[in-house]
Amino acid sequence: MEYNTHPALPEFEYILPQTLAEASEFLARNPEEARPFLGGTDVFVRMRDGFLTPKFLVDVKNLNGTNDLRFDPKTGLTLGAAVNMNRVIAFPEVQAHYNVLAEACRSVASYQLRTRATVVGNICNASPAGDTIGACLALDGVLHIHGVNGPRQESLGSFFLGPGKTTLKPGDVVTAIHFPLPPKGCAGMYLKLGRNQLSDLSIVGVTVLGHPDSSCQSGYRFRLALASVAPVPLVPVEAEIYLANHPITPESLREAALLSADACSPIDDVRGSARYRKQMARNLSAKALAEVWKKLLG
Amino acid sequence: MAFHKINVTVNNELEQVVVPSNMTLMRLLRENLALTGTKNGCSAGECGACTVLLNGEPVNSCMILAVECDGAKIVTVEGLAGEKQLAPIQEAMIHEGGVQCGFCTPGILISSHALLKRNSNPSEDEIRAALVGNLCRCTGYVRIIEGVKEAARMQSVTA
Repeated sequence: MEYNTHPALPEFEYILPQTLAEASEFLARNPEEARPFLGGTDVFVRMRDGFLTPKFLVDVKNLNGTNDLRFDPKTGLTLGAAVNMNRVIAFPEVQAHYNVLAEACRSVASYQLRTRATVVGNICNASPAGDTIGACLALDGVLHIHGVNGPRQESLGSFFLGPGKTTLKPGDVVTAIHFPLPPKGCAGMYLKLGRNQLSDLSIVGVTVLGHPDSSCQSGYRFRLALASVAPVPLVPVEAEIYLANHPITPESLREAALLSADACSPIDDVRGSARYRKQMARNLSAKALAEVWKKLLG
Repeated sequence: MAFHKINVTVNNELEQVVVPSNMTLMRLLRENLALTGTKNGCSAGECGACTVLLNGEPVNSCMILAVECDGAKIVTVEGLAGEKQLAPIQEAMIHEGGVQCGFCTPGILISSHALLKRNSNPSEDEIRAALVGNLCRCTGYVRIIEGVKEAARMQSVTA
């Protein structure tokens, strides 16, 4: 490929549907050639680099409900697909009840990129490195999807199939992600290792959310999700089960961190080697678990 | 490729332009409207040289389609100053020596201006976090950060 430092965007047609039905219909009719987009922060870069060549870019930012951001104390948080990350970070109820999501958003790129970047876009992109996906998994996010057969809901837990691959079908438009009320007394954190302190993609990212849970032998349930260490955003289930069944001590937290690293199957790339990633997955899991435990003890 | 007729307000002037689907806001500003203060650095949303305000919020104009800006209000570095008076952030950046080659400066000014609008008295950490998407290869950032602090002081005196 010819090296060009300032490639222009390749040619495509910009489509602005007026309704969800219109968007789904168009996308389903052009399954190979049409692609929905929100902020475009990833799509445009990949188009410039020649990895994506859609004939139609379908702008789904102005459709019914996609700009909603609201919290209901009975049912939880609804985050519309087109809501940008700066809005998520600044939303008082996100800070109060879903702080791990705000923390994850804050770790993404720069302020001006977050004016465009969206949580739902981050999810649909299905990059294993997606910074906000771990928080969405730990908070039991449910996707609201509009397809050719109308609206449906899908749990995020079974959504990711591989790098860039999800269960979405042609014609599907994710309109929002909904989070139930967070577990009582929960504490969380997102720990991200990048090549610099702010703004880079993650070499390894670890999300931990813990809360008291009397149905667990240990009295606590911990949720974990790891970024950039597997083909999909990874939930190390063994580590979660271990902590549900063993009294929480510095030793058991370290053991869980080992189990968390064991679940990883990272690759070598420009940002880090597989070996380094695995070691850091263990170290960051241990650090994040210890920090969250400290918060839980108050 | 289809062309789209859009209305966009740039630095308080309403522009009617016809743009192809794949034209970015940055190219519209630089090539059609001759507002070359906005710079093209990386074309990938990383360097921040193309930062402008879109409806009051800073964005990378290389990462936005011109057609998406139909009905929007844009402010570029050319729109920061008044008729005869530079904006406080511009005065402060000159005073503190925050400009060397000048390529990153328009983006830095826009990001800093936006920061001071949402936080009139930012800490050094807040300034650094707000400017993380604006790369400068000359200054080492120290004088730029001093410039933002100075602008905050100037604004608090005049406010």
